[in-house]
Amino acid sequence: MNTQFSVSPENKPIFIALGFTLVIILIGTGYTLITQGAAPMLMPSYLAQQLQIGAFLGVCAAGMMMVILLGHIDLSIPWTLTAAAMMATTVGGPWAIPAGLAVGLIVGLFNGLGVSVLRIPSMIFTLGVDTALRGLMVAHTGGFAPQTEATPLMRFLAADRVLGIPVALFVWAGVSIAIAGLLSRTGFGKAVYATGAKESAAFLSGIRTKWVSVGAFMISSLCAATAGILLAGYSAKAYQGMGNPYLLPAIAAVVLGGTHILGGRGRYIGTLIGVILIVFLNSVLSIMQMPEAVRQIIYGTVIIGMLLVYGRETTSRN
Amino acid sequence: MIAKPLRRNRGFAAALILFLVLFVVYHILHPRGFSTAVFIQNANETVAIAFVAMAQTIPVLIGGLDLSVGAVMTLTACLASYLVVGTPAQMIFGMFLTLLAGTTFGVMNGLIVVFGRIQPIIATLATGAIAMGLALLLRPTPGGDIDADLNWALTNSVFDFAETYGLADDGNAAWLQPFANIPVPLIILLVVAFGVWTPFKRTVTGRTLYAIGSAESAAKLSGLPVRRAKIAAFGLAGFFASCGGLYLAIQTSSGNADITQAGAYTLNSIAAVVLGGTSLLGGIGGAIGSLVGTGILRVISFYFRILSVDPLIQPLIEGLVLLAAVSLGALRTLRIKNKLEHFR
Repeated sequence: MNTQFSVSPENKPIFIALGFTLVIILIGTGYTLITQGAAPMLMPSYLAQQLQIGAFLGVCAAGMMMVILLGHIDLSIPWTLTAAAMMATTVGGPWAIPAGLAVGLIVGLFNGLGVSVLRIPSMIFTLGVDTALRGLMVAHTGGFAPQTEATPLMRFLAADRVLGIPVALFVWAGVSIAIAGLLSRTGFGKAVYATGAKESAAFLSGIRTKWVSVGAFMISSLCAATAGILLAGYSAKAYQGMGNPYLLPAIAAVVLGGTHILGGRGRYIGTLIGVILIVFLNSVLSIMQMPEAVRQIIYGTVIIGMLLVYGRETTSRN
Repeated sequence: MIAKPLRRNRGFAAALILFLVLFVVYHILHPRGFSTAVFIQNANETVAIAFVAMAQTIPVLIGGLDLSVGAVMTLTACLASYLVVGTPAQMIFGMFLTLLAGTTFGVMNGLIVVFGRIQPIIATLATGAIAMGLALLLRPTPGGDIDADLNWALTNSVFDFAETYGLADDGNAAWLQPFANIPVPLIILLVVAFGVWTPFKRTVTGRTLYAIGSAESAAKLSGLPVRRAKIAAFGLAGFFASCGGLYLAIQTSSGNADITQAGAYTLNSIAAVVLGGTSLLGGIGGAIGSLVGTGILRVISFYFRILSVDPLIQPLIEGLVLLAAVSLGALRTLRIKNKLEHFR
C-alpha cells in the first residue's frame, strides 16, 4: 500500500489533476465571492447536483478507459448510448433496463469481434458501427424524438435522491467499484494491461488476447448503455443525438487522468479525477457565463496545458 | 505509367475500380443521363470533404490522426467570410491569408506533437476545440457576404468561369471548347492535389513521412528529418483543410461555425482515407487515394436521390456500406499464416 502514497510517474498525473480540480473550485469560489458575495460552489447541494450531471460522463469514461487501456478507442459510444436509451423507453415496463443493457452487450460483442477477429482498426470499425446504429435508430424512430417515456425505475436511478444524495451517484460509484476491482483484483484486469502494453508478448505468454479485447469492448458498450439509460431517466425520454456530447469529454477525462492513449498504463482513480476535473471546469465556466466560444478555447487549452505539465513522453516506444 | 502505383497499392486500385463502377452506373441509372449540370453539382458537393480527407491523409501516413481537420476547415471558412471581399486583388489577398492561417494552425499542431510530445490524436482533439472556439468568436451566427461573381464562377463549368470574367471571348473561344464543360471545382481540386501533394511526396521530407509511418525508430536512426517531416505533415494538413474551408465559404457565400458539421467532416474524412487505401497504421497510401475514397462516399449518397430510397433508411445504408468497405480490409488477415503477424 506504500506505493499509493509516494508519487510514482504513474501517479503524478493523478495528483496534478486533483490539484488542478481544487484550483478550479477555488477560482470559481473566488469569482462568486467577488461578484455575488456568496460561495455556492462549496455548498453540498451544488456539489451533489454537479456530480449528478457528471455521473453520465463518469460512467461513459469508465467504459472508455477499458478500451483505451488496450490501445484501442471506442467511437461508437454516442449512438450506443442513444440506442440503449431509445430501446429502454420503447420496451418500457420491467424489461426496460435489461433491454437497454442488452443493446450495449450486443454492440460491444460486435465491436470486439470486428476489432480482434477481423483485425480492423478500432478507430474505423467503431465509427462504422456508430453510423450503422444511428441509421437503425433513425429508421426506428422516424428521425424524431421518440414519444415513449422513461420508466419510474429509470427516473428513480437518474433523478431521485436518497438521504440527500442523488441516486445517480450511487450508480456511478457502483460502476467505479466494479471497474476498479476488475482492473486491480482480477486476472482479466491484468490481462487488459498486458495486452495493451504489447499484444504479441501477451499472446505468447498464453493470454487469450482476442477474448480480452472482446470483453473490454463489451464493458465499454455496457457502460455507454448504462449512461444512456440514466440520461433517458434524467430527461424523462430519449432523444436524437443525446450521446454526442459525451464522446470527446470521455476520451479527455481518461487521458487527463493519466491513462496512456496507446494503452497499457493508467489507473482507474485517475479517470475518476479526470471526470471530476471536466465537470467542475464546465460548471465554473457556466457560473462565469462564458460564451460557448471561450469555453471551447479554455477547454482545449486546459487539455494541452495539463498534458504538457504531466511531462513529455519519451520520443519512441519501440 | 499508371500501372506501377496500382500494382504497388492494391487498396488504391480496388478503391479506384469501385469508384469508377459506382460513378458510371450512377450516370447510366440517372433519369437524364450524363449531363454537365449533374456533373457540376456532384463536383461541388465533393470538393470540401475531399480537401478535408486529403488533409487527414497526411497525419495518418505517419501513424497519427488529426481530429482537428473539420474544425480548422470551419475556422478558415469563417475567416474567409470576412477576408474574401472587396476588389479582386483584395479577394486574392484574403484567400492567401485564409490559407496561411490554416497552414499556421496546422504547423502549431505539429509543434505541439513534436516538441510537446503529446500523442497526435489527443493533441488535435484539444486544438480542434480551440479552433472551434475561435470560429465561434468570428461567427457567432452564420453570415458573410462573399462576392456573388466569385461564387458563380468557381462553382460552375469552365465556360461560366470565362463568361463571368470576360475571358476567352466570354467563354466562346474555339480553343476553350474542349474544356468548356468541365466543372471548375473539379479542376481546383485536381490542381491542388497534383500540384501540391505529388511534388511534396517526392521530396526528402515527403519520403520521410512514409518512413515514419513504417518504422519511426528506423527512420530516425537513418538520419531522416523526422521532426521536420512531422511538422510538415500537420502543416500540410492545415493547408488542405483551409483549402476546404475557403471553398466552402465561397460555395455558401458565408461562414458558419457549426460544431456538429465540423465533427461530421472530421469523421467522414477518416472514412474516406481508409476507403482510399491508406492504412491507419501509417506508411501506406496517399492523398490521391483519399480523393477516390471521398468519391466513393459521395457517389453512394448520390444514389439515394435517383433510386428514391426512403430517407429514413439512408443513414443505415451509409453505415452498412462503410462497415462492409472497411471489412474488406479484413481479407488480409485470412491470408496470414503466422499468427504473430496479426499484432503489427
